[in-house]
Amino acid sequence: MAEFLQFLISGLTVGAVYALVALGFTLIYNASGVVNFAQGEFVMLGGMVTVFVSAAGVPLPLAAVIAIGVAVAIGLLLHRFAIEPARGASAVTLIIITIGASILLRGLAAIVFDKQFHKLPAFTGDTPVDVLGAAVQPQSFWVLGGTAVVVLALYVFLEHTITGKAVLATAANRLAARLVGINTTTIMALAFGGSAAIGAIAGILVTPITLTSYDVGTLLALKGFAAAMLGGMGNPLGAVVGGLLLGLLEAFGAGYISSTYKDAFAFVVILIVLFAAPQGLFGRRVVERV
Amino acid sequence: MLEVRNLRSVYGRIEVLKGIDLDVQTGEIVALVGSNGAGKTTLLRALSGVQPITSGEIRFKGQRIDRLPPHKRVELGMTQSPEGRQVFGPLTVEDNLRLGAYRRRDKAIDQDRDRIFTMFPVLAEKRHLLAGGLSGGQQQMLAIGRALMGRPKLLLLDEPSLGLSPLLVDQILDAIVSLKKDGITVLLVEQNASAALAIADRGYVLETGKVAHCGAGSALLADPKIKAAYLGIA
Repeated sequence: MAEFLQFLISGLTVGAVYALVALGFTLIYNASGVVNFAQGEFVMLGGMVTVFVSAAGVPLPLAAVIAIGVAVAIGLLLHRFAIEPARGASAVTLIIITIGASILLRGLAAIVFDKQFHKLPAFTGDTPVDVLGAAVQPQSFWVLGGTAVVVLALYVFLEHTITGKAVLATAANRLAARLVGINTTTIMALAFGGSAAIGAIAGILVTPITLTSYDVGTLLALKGFAAAMLGGMGNPLGAVVGGLLLGLLEAFGAGYISSTYKDAFAFVVILIVLFAAPQGLFGRRVVERV
Repeated sequence: MLEVRNLRSVYGRIEVLKGIDLDVQTGEIVALVGSNGAGKTTLLRALSGVQPITSGEIRFKGQRIDRLPPHKRVELGMTQSPEGRQVFGPLTVEDNLRLGAYRRRDKAIDQDRDRIFTMFPVLAEKRHLLAGGLSGGQQQMLAIGRALMGRPKLLLLDEPSLGLSPLLVDQILDAIVSLKKDGITVLLVEQNASAALAIADRGYVLETGKVAHCGAGSALLADPKIKAAYLGIA
């Protein structure tokens, strides 16, 4: 039982990070139809900038805010100088642009920072908490709580503010959105900035547990993409559920089968989803009457 | 209100608008009729700024607007109800109407929404339902209502009667006539040419990207050549 609980909590913790990456994918995909493979680099930037700024003597909370700011700025630059000029290009072209941006950001991080692994101190100490026999790192609660706050904030923004509804409207029907006076370019910039912030927050929360380096983004982007696919691309609820499920699958797979194949589970999931149910768990079923 | 001079637009290599001249005076209902592919929808989209133009001028209330982005044109008082009931399917009826007022910052938004509900009572009944689940006629009413929520001076209506039952067509046409009484100028694109010309002050007949005829609605309706060519009446 304690073992089961141990796997459950570590699965949910990792899954929460995948959920945040998947939410980043979803937000940009909804506003622009672009699958942004530089999403993992936002996570990397969150962790790395926090590590280096706090190493320079800045208190951790302030360093975290600076890291989010840097990621948002880079997200906006990515939109302004790489995505916006290619407006109207095919989906494949846009995806290749984001892959290029991801390689560029990784390279810049290797130069500006270094190629070492870095750790952040856990926010509230390293003494494990006993939960019904399972030893849980206090940082796990930060990851889960932080994810819950981000998901809730995004929900409130999308469902209860007029700008949030404009994002949903742009996702639903870009032409009609432009005709009611929504500036869809601004909405896209907002999505890139928001996604970058969400990614950076994920990176800051998880770095005390998993360490970070200039190239952690690649695998995280693939896992987050798998989570988004599993949940149904474009569905925020699906992104969260997909992320948590993927995290659980990895934790239980590694625990009960073999940790050698931990990373393989995500890709097995992508393959199964693509073959068996390309619309994912919560994929948009066509309900609109004609 | 609206002056269009020598407007040209292309889709790929095909020129769809080949130099359109068109005027809409304040307070008029102007009908734009013509067969499929004549360029009616393209013209409306060019007026709203969602279809690029290659040359020509568009003036709205005396001001050049052909270089303005779509949201600036909405702000100036020109809104469009697009063809094919393009509502925001995953959002509620109420949210759709609220988004129609996206550019507005005044306090009378709820009041205007209630007026739309008076105009189309069925929308009031379904205000909390998702727009994607409405019937075709209800979606059409919603698209018109959403365009009205922008408090337009000039309303562009693209095929409001497309695919609707005759009863609903009459209801929509009555609503358009009542808009005129409220001081809203209307540019109406219709395949149902006889119905559109019957309620219009003036009409334009578009033929492969050019204005082929124009004149008073009643005069166009009475013209035997136009009857035979566009109205399907021998």
